[in-house]
Amino acid sequence: MNPAVTRATRSVIAVVILIVMLFPLYWMLNLSLQPRGTGLATDWIPRALNFDGYAAAVRDQGNSLLVSLIVSLISVVVTLLIATPAAYALAQFRLRGVNVVLLVLAVSQMIPGIVIANSLYGAYNSLGLLNSFGGLILADASHSIPFAILIMRVTMQGIPAAVLEAAKIDGANQVRTFLSVAIPLARNGVITAALFSFLFSWSDFLFALTLTTTEQLRPVTLGIYEYLGADQTDWNAVMATAVFAALPATVLLLVAQRYVAAGAMSGSVK
Amino acid sequence: MTAPAESIRTRRRLGARTALFQWLFVVPALVYIGLYFAYPILQNIVTGFQHFTASTFYTGEAPWVGLDNYVQVIGSSSFFPVVRNTLLFTIGSTVGQFLLGLLLANFFRKHFPLGRVVRSLLLLPWLLPVIVATAIWRSLFDQDQGALSQLLQNLGVVSSGVPWLTSPNFALVSVIIVNIWIGVPFMLTILYGGLTEIPEEIYEAGALDGATGWRAFRHLTWPLLRPTVNVAVLLGVIYTLRSLDIILGLTRGGPANATQTMPTQSYQLSFQLFDFGQGAAMSNLLIVISFVFALVYLRANRPSVVN
Repeated sequence: MNPAVTRATRSVIAVVILIVMLFPLYWMLNLSLQPRGTGLATDWIPRALNFDGYAAAVRDQGNSLLVSLIVSLISVVVTLLIATPAAYALAQFRLRGVNVVLLVLAVSQMIPGIVIANSLYGAYNSLGLLNSFGGLILADASHSIPFAILIMRVTMQGIPAAVLEAAKIDGANQVRTFLSVAIPLARNGVITAALFSFLFSWSDFLFALTLTTTEQLRPVTLGIYEYLGADQTDWNAVMATAVFAALPATVLLLVAQRYVAAGAMSGSVK
Repeated sequence: MTAPAESIRTRRRLGARTALFQWLFVVPALVYIGLYFAYPILQNIVTGFQHFTASTFYTGEAPWVGLDNYVQVIGSSSFFPVVRNTLLFTIGSTVGQFLLGLLLANFFRKHFPLGRVVRSLLLLPWLLPVIVATAIWRSLFDQDQGALSQLLQNLGVVSSGVPWLTSPNFALVSVIIVNIWIGVPFMLTILYGGLTEIPEEIYEAGALDGATGWRAFRHLTWPLLRPTVNVAVLLGVIYTLRSLDIILGLTRGGPANATQTMPTQSYQLSFQLFDFGQGAAMSNLLIVISFVFALVYLRANRPSVVN
């Protein structure tokens, strides 16, 4: 890089990059605040703040937002229940075949979702799990369980063996050591895994599309998709729903930046 | 039996019991992986050889048809365009994401005010649900009223609206643009991580030998960054190959199949035409392509990984 480019100029360039990259998000906000029926040819800044779009979003998609929230929260719980002990064992116990398990986890993240959906549809149909909260939650957890195990394993490897040994000498059994020593010490990894599990389930589209068909169990991603398929699009309502759907990622990025960065950095995300 | 032998045996038995107990920590995860990854993959391979349609759900009958589904899928007139679209979409997206990500990672590498904040805010497009991104870009790409057409018209670049998503000539490029927008933050993060691991002293030593600017990048940064580049490109390609929501959200595979890829085609075969056998065949071919790519790529880059 040219040494003449000073630190201040870099800051200015960085802000310009940010404006260009985040312009689509500004546009979402702009369109969401326009009155109904304005179409897309709007001013670059909303003239008056109009919340009709938000009212329509709550009316049409309120239930979908609630479904997404419930599914995502329970999916986080399921992911942590399954992934945390596995991550601990793979990090701290000298088990045979650890490398095989790790390879399986890494490869499973690369399997196209459509392959999973294609088979799950038939299985769910026979088991009566189509259009069920449980079925959707368990399917959504497949986005996050391998990732959660891999990322928590790294943090749990950082726990010194001496600490766990000390707990054992104090009379704590394996389960107790795991619950009250390892988990608190691996807090950061657990939080990162939980945040991403939530975002993965909240963003899920494929399983919502293939494993649910009813209005009652329609996550917000599917709600937006159906909005887009309608003949007459009310862009203010679509964009207001999009704003709601974008909230978790935005809020988490602002308040839990550290954990989000750690998760993104691990490279095995998505 | 002598005392030492006894104690060794007890210890062994204890060891086996401990190992068994320790595996219990992993069992739930293994069961889950079995049900939600291993079973679907194996079932999909089987389905690929069956005549598996909507009526299968009522009759329970899925007759064995050998390679018929594969013959149908590969013999279809849309097969070649679909594979071509898949490859163009994957290569175009990954190259674009990678080059912009590398440029930005290099830019943010130097410390400057706001650098860290801006870098983390740039993650937003990647963290959003893809469907949200497609909704926004559908509005930006509207031929007559969309912000992009308006902007280009006001600047005098074009005289009438650009049919971004409605013309078979533009649609694939437009979808790639959106996917680059979504994926750049991911590449930026991984490559930035790789760059920060290169020690500063190497550049100081290199500068003495006249390696500065582009030459420093070419001879110092690039070789040292190669392992990170390999991971980034490999993940980029594999994640793009399988992505489906971005295309369904933007174009649903249209116009005139111009953005139809293997995952979207597989979805349509299974869930719109209810031919799960052919859908399975198509998605199995997709897995094969992913693995062939991963193997070829890893093999081609092995020397640089080892060094």
